[in-house]
Amino acid sequence: MSAAPQQTQTAGAAVALPLIEARNVTRILSGVVPTTLVHDIDLAVGDNEFVAITGPSGSGKSSLLYLLGLLDLPTSGELLIKGHATARMDEEERAFTRLTLLGFVFQFHFLLPELTVLDNVMLPMRALARLSRDGMKSRAADLLGSLGLGDHMNKRPDQLSGGQRQRVAVARALANEPPVILADEPTGSLDSKASEQVFQVLRDLVDKHGKTVVAVTHDVSLAARMDRRIELIDGAIVSDQALKGSR
Amino acid sequence: MNLILDIAWTHVRARVRQTGFAVAGVATGVGFSIMMASLMQGSQDDFTSRLVNTLPNITVSDERRAPPPQPAETFYAAAEIHGLTPEARRRGIKNPLASMAALEAWLPGEVGSSVKVQAIIRYANHDIATNVIGIDPRREAKVSDLPKQMRQATLTALYRATNAIVIGDRLSDKIGARIGANITLQTSEGTRISAQVVGFFHSGVRQIDESTAYVLTKTGQILAKQTGLINELRVRLRDPMNSREIAERVERDTGYKSVSWQEANEDLISTFIIRNIIMYTVVGAILLVASFGTYNIISTITHEKARDIAIMKSLGLSEFTVRSIFVIEALIIGVAGAIVGFVLGYVLCLALGTVEIKNPFIDSDHLPLAYSYLHYLLAGTVALVSSVAAGYQPARKAARLHPVEIIRGAT
Ligand SMILES: Nc1ncnc2c1ncn2[C@@H]1O[C@H](COP(=O)(O)OP(=O)(O)OP(=O)(O)O)[C@@H](O)[C@H]1O
Ligand SMILES: [Mg+2]
Repeated sequence: MSAAPQQTQTAGAAVALPLIEARNVTRILSGVVPTTLVHDIDLAVGDNEFVAITGPSGSGKSSLLYLLGLLDLPTSGELLIKGHATARMDEEERAFTRLTLLGFVFQFHFLLPELTVLDNVMLPMRALARLSRDGMKSRAADLLGSLGLGDHMNKRPDQLSGGQRQRVAVARALANEPPVILADEPTGSLDSKASEQVFQVLRDLVDKHGKTVVAVTHDVSLAARMDRRIELIDGAIVSDQALKGSR
Repeated sequence: MNLILDIAWTHVRARVRQTGFAVAGVATGVGFSIMMASLMQGSQDDFTSRLVNTLPNITVSDERRAPPPQPAETFYAAAEIHGLTPEARRRGIKNPLASMAALEAWLPGEVGSSVKVQAIIRYANHDIATNVIGIDPRREAKVSDLPKQMRQATLTALYRATNAIVIGDRLSDKIGARIGANITLQTSEGTRISAQVVGFFHSGVRQIDESTAYVLTKTGQILAKQTGLINELRVRLRDPMNSREIAERVERDTGYKSVSWQEANEDLISTFIIRNIIMYTVVGAILLVASFGTYNIISTITHEKARDIAIMKSLGLSEFTVRSIFVIEALIIGVAGAIVGFVLGYVLCLALGTVEIKNPFIDSDHLPLAYSYLHYLLAGTVALVSSVAAGYQPARKAARLHPVEIIRGAT
């Protein structure tokens, strides 16, 4: 089931076992006219990286992120999470992997409107059911507090600003302490001030908490402040480089 | 899991009006099912109990169902004789005392003897065909409720006059005979006696009250012109529901035609079966329609909540969890519908219980209703099962949804 551990040299960091590894991944949408979303992707993301995925609109950034996050399956090629081949996982195992190892933040916050902020953050914890109810509550409160949302825990998402919602989404992505956060234009719908706040949160996750963050962005200046930049054009990686002096 | 319930509850709570309609649909189905079941069961129970209490559970008569085997048949296997009618002349049950003793030895119940004669009652220009039954008043309590059904006199009044007679209250109304009236009894064989009305009875079964009269055994025998004649044994069992089986055994043992109350009322019992089929069909249709409502609301919620489903799935909630959310929602509707339906059903029964009616078969003035927890259990179970079945399909479809398709569309 699990692939043999591999030594993979990447542009960003040398890691013994990549957290996420794509080997020759291609995703073609079947249809009357088949659409190639991404093709021939080779990529390894290790511990404690801050990766920007950039490229023009329609270049396949989101599509790549969905593949890395097991939301979508490659048409060909292999995707490994912590060395485990994902192709042979069933739906249940993939769901469990998402629940425990991967945290998602989308462009639009995607919080459940009927639940309070606190309940939204607790949702993945309750699905995993590893902590006691009180343990979940205090962990969710801590997370929200650390993101500056301590006063808003019992509000509903529609009572928050865009930036606040996006930080709630980050807190939710962190709920089960996954090593990787995947973010699709997390600041895309925010003004520059809120955008800066959210970026700082992600930066801190990498710098202070040892997380790996992979973020899609078309904001060049934001991408420049990350540690590694992968550029996509027409569904293929055209460059993958470490950014010097970003830390 | 708690989480599933919580989310399901938020969905339902946010749609009070829509779910309210779905609940109302289920409740109507459950309520009317209960009402109909209790009405059907009530009238059936009421009628059977009257039959069981009024008539003997088993009547053994001196008739035979088939002609006795002919000597030629017993001697030669090849010979078969057809076209014989059982003897028309009734000669009575042979050795009635011995037969009774033999039956009482094994029967779980009591046996009484009587003589039944068809006669015309004549009184004040009325001629009415009547079953006149000669009985032993002291034994009667053991085999029927007649002593309890007496009006204005007890059954022992039969000893008070020569040729005393007790008639059904409806019969007395028809001919206008009061206590002390002298009526004439006439049989087709030409016997004619005069008798004095000493009491009335009221069994509650119209047909009996209209056309039955009781006299002493001796009077009956005089009317039949056969001293010592006993042409009927009447059996009351401790458990009347066993009558069919026991009647068969009696018939095998004695050779006399033994008719259980069920056989005697076969038509009515099959009417009950047809009624029940109609009832369950109607009730099933109501509950089916109610489950369309549940299907509708769950489908609507899954469509409205497609984005939330995608979010939950992308977070890593399993298909099972997502499916359970919507199945639970259907179940919530089912449970709420069942509970409201129970109340509705009970209230409908209470309301029906106050309605006054005239029943052509029996003379109670209120609808007989049976209150049984089984009706509630049955209607509730069907409501829950159909709700879950109605919710399952949209729930499964929702849980299978591919999150990426929705997330792509929404961003
Ligand atoms: N469901 C779909 N059917 C057909 N084509 C699709 C579908 N989804 C995406 N595509 C196409 O696939 C390509 C990659 O889309 P994707 O959303 O990954 O691009 P992107 O780089 O994220 O773009 P953006 O910056 O606008 O978000 C695009 O050309 C898009 O039109
Ligand atoms: Mg995109």
